[in-house]
Amino acid sequence: MSSLSFKISDCGGLKIEVFGTRATLRHSGALWLEGERAMVVADLHFEKGSSYAARFGQMLPPYDTRETLDRLERELAALNPATLIFLGDSFHDGAGEDRLPADDRARIAALARGRDLVWAVGNHDADGPRALPGAVVDEAAIAGLTFRHEPLPGAQPGEVAGHLHPAARVTSGRASVRRRCFVTDGSRLVLPAFGAFTGGLNILDAAFAPLFGTPPLAAALGRGRVHAVGWKSLRPD
Amino acid sequence: MLAADALPPRFSEWFAARGWAPRAHQLAMVEKGRQGRDALLIAPTGGGKTLAGFLPSLIELSERAPRNTPAGVHTLYVSPLKALAVDIERNLATPIREMGLKVVAESRTGDTGEARKARQRLRPPDILLTTPEQLALFCAWEGAREYFADLSCVIVDEAHAMWPNKRGDLLALGLARLQRFSPKMRRVGLSATVDDPDLVQRWLGVNEPPPPRGEGAGGGGPARTASDALPAAPHPQPLPTRGRGSHEVDLVLGSGGAQPIVEVLVSGGKVPWAGHTAEHAMAEVYEIIKASKTALVFVNTRFQAEFAFQELWKLNDDGLAIALHHGSLAAEQRRKVEAAMARGEIRAVVCTSTLDMGIDWGDVDLVIQLAAPKGASRMVQRIGRANHRLDEPSRAILVPASRFEMLECRAAADAILGGHLDGEPARTGALDVLAQHLMGLACSEPFALTDLYDEIRAAGPYADLAWEDFETVVDFVSTGGYALKSYDKFRRIVPGQGGLWRARNAQTVLRHRMNVGTIVTAAMVNVRVGGGKRPMGGRKVGEAEEGFFEAMKPGDTFIFAGQVWRFNSLVGTDAFVSLAPDKDPMMPSWGGAKFPLSTYLASRVRAMMHDETEWAALPADVQEWLGYQKLRSIMPGEDEMLLETFPHGKRHHLVFYSFEGRLAHTTLAMLLTRRLDRMGVGPLGFVANDYAVNIWSLKSMADLDLDALFAQDMLGDDLEAWLNESFLMKRAFKACALISGLIERRHPGEEKSGRQVTFSTDLIYDVLRRHQPDHLLLRCARADAATGSLDVARLGDMLARIQGRIRHAALDRVSPFAVPIMLEIGRERAPGDAAGEMILAEAEEDLIAEAMS
Repeated sequence: MSSLSFKISDCGGLKIEVFGTRATLRHSGALWLEGERAMVVADLHFEKGSSYAARFGQMLPPYDTRETLDRLERELAALNPATLIFLGDSFHDGAGEDRLPADDRARIAALARGRDLVWAVGNHDADGPRALPGAVVDEAAIAGLTFRHEPLPGAQPGEVAGHLHPAARVTSGRASVRRRCFVTDGSRLVLPAFGAFTGGLNILDAAFAPLFGTPPLAAALGRGRVHAVGWKSLRPD
Repeated sequence: MLAADALPPRFSEWFAARGWAPRAHQLAMVEKGRQGRDALLIAPTGGGKTLAGFLPSLIELSERAPRNTPAGVHTLYVSPLKALAVDIERNLATPIREMGLKVVAESRTGDTGEARKARQRLRPPDILLTTPEQLALFCAWEGAREYFADLSCVIVDEAHAMWPNKRGDLLALGLARLQRFSPKMRRVGLSATVDDPDLVQRWLGVNEPPPPRGEGAGGGGPARTASDALPAAPHPQPLPTRGRGSHEVDLVLGSGGAQPIVEVLVSGGKVPWAGHTAEHAMAEVYEIIKASKTALVFVNTRFQAEFAFQELWKLNDDGLAIALHHGSLAAEQRRKVEAAMARGEIRAVVCTSTLDMGIDWGDVDLVIQLAAPKGASRMVQRIGRANHRLDEPSRAILVPASRFEMLECRAAADAILGGHLDGEPARTGALDVLAQHLMGLACSEPFALTDLYDEIRAAGPYADLAWEDFETVVDFVSTGGYALKSYDKFRRIVPGQGGLWRARNAQTVLRHRMNVGTIVTAAMVNVRVGGGKRPMGGRKVGEAEEGFFEAMKPGDTFIFAGQVWRFNSLVGTDAFVSLAPDKDPMMPSWGGAKFPLSTYLASRVRAMMHDETEWAALPADVQEWLGYQKLRSIMPGEDEMLLETFPHGKRHHLVFYSFEGRLAHTTLAMLLTRRLDRMGVGPLGFVANDYAVNIWSLKSMADLDLDALFAQDMLGDDLEAWLNESFLMKRAFKACALISGLIERRHPGEEKSGRQVTFSTDLIYDVLRRHQPDHLLLRCARADAATGSLDVARLGDMLARIQGRIRHAALDRVSPFAVPIMLEIGRERAPGDAAGEMILAEAEEDLIAEAMS
């Protein structure tokens, strides 16, 4: 039985323990492991916009990569991590890296300045980046936690994953709100998608059922802070 | 006056055999046809208007020489409703058959079967009856030019309803294209009575653009060569073209018909303070239905329809055949009601604007309007649904749902009798619609930019289109129009040989054809019977907006299609429900009227309040209410705005009565609360209805500088700042993104659910706003939000009007006028992000409670 306690940090994040490791769930959607000075982000889906243009001729705005980078750089400036872990699906497709505008490519390369980059691969980017700095891995083990893209079914104590793009819907009276969220039972953690154009999957969806034995906690991303939401307040879409 | 022998013998004999004489406006339309003139016929319903539109074509077709090769389409008829096109097909069959004309008239709508469509392409009917969306598809056909080369005439029905919106923009562009295919083509418009026919004429007519801009160029189409790519040099600005070289559209007026009889129901002198449902008057309405042959009971929203239907059936001890008809019901169910109506089996139909126009109902002898109609023109249309015989008066009864509505209904009745209709503002064609049209043209055949620019400016709404805007639209269609040129290699339209632009490939063409149209409705979910853990696809009861179920929990009950249902689950695009006949429905959001109060009616209401001699026509309790208002507070002058401040409970209220309609009021309230917040007043909330705005706070607002508070500059930066954050902008953006083709509703092989579209357009909106705030679609969305959802123009007029004319009454308690709007508190919730944060915070409190219990 894992314990589930939380408290709001000064910067609006939610402080919890995941499998005994102290962690902060940031309202940006990033995970901060203070002890290791490691920051973790999932599902950036760089170049999703241009992927639609290339595949369907659908001209979504080509600014999603720089939008995602803007937010990522803000978090790096605030935390200055020694390690930055990408939890997979960092690019929307295998050719995404080649479509990067030159300035965006330079900005991604610059993320490695003064820190280690770890690219866990996902289903969208199975080969990981080729020309960008950093280590490409299937999974990584740091501070007693295991970092991989797709969560494995059944109990996985200490697993930190992405892939599912969790989102929570909360209703009050006649109004309702839907936000990206973290999901954790104190033993494992699923991160929200960090990318600008990434949608969300309701955490009441069947895809989450095999992951948690007891009702988990949803930590919804709000303006300037994270809101802990109890299981009973959640609604399906 | 034209002699009856203006008709060929076959036609005059047909009229005589039916015991009819051709009406003056029918003969006038025949004459216009013979002269080859464009014509707009304005006539009330029941005057043989449709026949007047078709007569010239039928005569021409009856006189044409036999040909060896099959002819193309002779006359294209465009109707706003699919059902109307099908209905006209049926109605035309009679004269064609009885006169023995060799004329084929067929409809083609989204519902037409594939086999028939294919046959129509090979063998075009003489008369093709269709909708604006189908015309947009014709424009995207390969070979459209040959298909319509013989086109002689286009008839636009219900032109009054078609022109003043994006659908009208698209139709005008389609007409301009057809005119290129067939320069001899004549345009005919059929319209109900409108305030300003000139606007409809201008929309319908051909606007001749000024001569080609290639200075000093000789004959032979000088501008043609300049089109190999987007010209680098700025294109000369077109001269204003209105009225210069434009074809005039001749106006033909039908005779007025008998004056309608319009009454306002006084309800035994008991008019409720507030509300939208007219619940108090249901027993009287029932008796009125009982005393008439067939009544149409019009309401303004679907929920009012459900409510009224429910209430009438509670009273229906006589088992009268009372039916329900609104846009959410399954099409099949609606057709059943329509058929029963046509057979004369129905005593009353409770309906929304779905029955505002179109199909002839035969025996309706009374129109009842439940809750105020909000505009005189719409009411005239609705009254026209009764008694489709021109010389007998139509009868209508207006049933006010509240005290202010009592004033409004009186004003509406006076306006109808006095012939004062609501004016529409002039319209400029929307650029997202132009983007869709441009893509369609590229699917049909390659085009040269300068030729196309002239063609487009021939359409009324685009007469003043600047070359720069045209260029921006071309760039948007081609590459998305982003400052970052990363999509050059994925262009949707490409310049090719001889500078002609064409669609990129077959895939692009297919995708465009699947997404034609300008009607962007809220995402709809199917309402199906089914329950349990794994609901299966049960019987479909109808459709409802996705948002309707968003706030419901499983187990909640609601009224739909005239019955009480229990909500079970929402799976994909299906909402599963089961019957809960013994449950009381939890009331859905009524939402008040969805139409804004017209400017004309609003000013009539203000005048009526001020002029005590007008009070005599009102019921005793309304007179008493007005009297008390005068005693306790102030009765404002006709050109003044009353503003009251008073404490109530722990709060302080600021209420003002501006009568500008709910949309303008909501916008105004949003902007005022921002301003009050900056002034340090700390507003807590607001509520707005058609008549007034109520803002409350913890501190008193009695000492504010009111002229500064209502200063006109709030429509500048304040509006811009609020708008960018507003959900209205996101909604407007979504519509523009869909119409322009940025987002597709339908992909080959898959249908996107509304939810997916909503989610991704919101993200796209946020990103685009930050990185390219001047993007074409953001400009379109801003313009739409300002005119549509926000009524900014009206708000601007109002702020100008009340400058220095605010009458402030500082009171120690609620005034009689304030009661209705005080009663509305708690029914509304201000939407937006702040509310979202509140909900999350609440959920967290719930969690804490959950943990502590």
